[in-house]
Amino acid sequence: MVNFDDMAGAAVEDRHAVTAQVLDTVRRFVAREVIPVASKYEHADEYPQPLVDRMRELGLFGATIPAEYGGLGLDYTTYAMIVEELCRGWMSLSGVLNTHLMFAYVLQMHGTAEQKARYLPALARGEHRAALCLTEPHAGSDAQRIRTTAVRRGDHYVVNGSKMFITNARTATIYSLVAKTDPSADPPYKGISLFAAEKDAPGVTVGRQLDKLGYKGIETCEVSFEDFRVPAANLIGGAEGRGFTQVMSGLEVGRINIAARAVGVAQAAFEDAIRYAQERRTFGKPICEHQAIQLKLADMATKIEAARLLTRQAAGMKDRGERVDLQAGMAKLFASETCQEVSLEAMRILGGYGYVKEFAVERYYRDAPLMIIGEGTNEIQRLVIARSLVQRYKI
Amino acid sequence: MKILVCVKRVPDPETVIKLTPEGASIVTDNVKWVINPFDEIAIEEALRIKEKAAGTEVVLLSIGQKTAQEQLRTGLAMGADRAILVLTDQVVEPLAVARVIEKLVGTEKPELILMGKQAIDDDSNCAGQMVAELLGWPQATFASKVVLGGDQKGAQVTREVDGGLETLAIPLPAVVTADLRLNEPRYASLPGIMKARKKELKEIPLAELGVDVAPRTRIVKLETPPKRTGGRKVGSVQELVQVLHDEAKVI
Repeated sequence: MVNFDDMAGAAVEDRHAVTAQVLDTVRRFVAREVIPVASKYEHADEYPQPLVDRMRELGLFGATIPAEYGGLGLDYTTYAMIVEELCRGWMSLSGVLNTHLMFAYVLQMHGTAEQKARYLPALARGEHRAALCLTEPHAGSDAQRIRTTAVRRGDHYVVNGSKMFITNARTATIYSLVAKTDPSADPPYKGISLFAAEKDAPGVTVGRQLDKLGYKGIETCEVSFEDFRVPAANLIGGAEGRGFTQVMSGLEVGRINIAARAVGVAQAAFEDAIRYAQERRTFGKPICEHQAIQLKLADMATKIEAARLLTRQAAGMKDRGERVDLQAGMAKLFASETCQEVSLEAMRILGGYGYVKEFAVERYYRDAPLMIIGEGTNEIQRLVIARSLVQRYKI
Repeated sequence: MKILVCVKRVPDPETVIKLTPEGASIVTDNVKWVINPFDEIAIEEALRIKEKAAGTEVVLLSIGQKTAQEQLRTGLAMGADRAILVLTDQVVEPLAVARVIEKLVGTEKPELILMGKQAIDDDSNCAGQMVAELLGWPQATFASKVVLGGDQKGAQVTREVDGGLETLAIPLPAVVTADLRLNEPRYASLPGIMKARKKELKEIPLAELGVDVAPRTRIVKLETPPKRTGGRKVGSVQELVQVLHDEAKVI
């Protein structure tokens, strides 16, 4: 009899069986509950509370949290597939999970035993929902230049500063808050610390919700902290100056998520395009029989497959405990650029129907740039990849 | 009480079915396999009864190859308590299925057997009826509503019959087969999937049961439905009526 708590301890064939069942559930959820309403929520830029509630019921908030903390203990390969499937329906839904599971990962890897015991079970149940407060108005890719400070006062820290582009800022209950505990540190990253900051305390203001091109329905806000107190016990890992490294480890998970999102959105665009290409007739035959369209379809599918394999390769390496900054960066870069190209090609195939809001293709086209810009712009991604390559091939 | 739910592994109804060259079976490569949708409805009904009546045990039963584990695990992930898989590589006809169920009822002693009204692969629609006959139990087929008596001694089952509904009162133990509108099955939650890995799935080789499963029929030929041809437009209601009368001869 099969008997295991989470995927980490399971045999390969059992892991595959779990993955298949999990994906079956996610596919059914997406087909029955997400796709029919995605455009409605998206066009209204309305928070999809019923869908988020269902995601919680399905257990998605505990997807990668180990079973000993009440999560499902799924591996990152399965997680990447879940994200892809969700994004075939609506990309915004995966945003609800991303900052949450990134924080859970950072806690699991770097938190103290007490911090893990206090927060991971509640995160796994979706009772705590996590957002990442890293980016600031003047510091995105150059994350070391953040200005938010956390000053120790007895048994707590006092945080002051403002954050920008914070996904899930309003609906999250806990922030993964990055701040400088030593503003004069050199290099600057050594002065950065990470806190588990429960939002339900005075001094935090969630500002206006930004009106975005795509990625709608899920709020992205400014957040400001004014004499906001965080207990010293909530300093992740119990030591100052480690925050930058801690957050960056979480970004590997984030990049796998973004790459998988891009694959999912691209897949949705491709599926809409290949269906339409068989229905639409010009000059006496379905347009899928015209070479101009065939070349597009072949290139779209080939690139999506390559992006998917890169993403799964990165996720698989993560599962085996290998360092994946390079592969996760490559997957994120390639998949997001592919997604942008494929969604534009889908729009070209649908022609006017691709440009109107009655069809979902225009949504894919508006959602795609998020993956190019978010979680480290592709320009920064290339720099990081190149630096890492030069290190690796050093003469 | 104990409910036995019978589950068949069938091709996904959304799969495009292709016939093998000799035309007596289907190509199984790249076919996605699922729980027979009517059986899924039966599982859901059993789970709803269990949610209302504490102490109810839901046991799944399937007959087939080891691969049917997947469907049983899915049923366990939905919330069933344990599962039995009777292992065989041979084709098992409805009467053989009914005999296997009869045999296992002897050891499991359920108060209620729930199953789909038919499997969507061979559409035989007779296993449930045969089980009831072999056991000498009452049966209520094509159920669209099942209300269990408070004393769990009987049930009221509403059936979809031609042109209306019929409500039967049956004493338990009994066999009830599920129709499409009985309920909308839940799908397995992710925690349910993980929990299901630890639930009991007992395998019994068919030979051990000592049941006569010799086939009485042989599939001679399978044919796909004729390709649909395009419709035809008519100019007026009068013309429509005339065509229906003169050509289609349906009115």
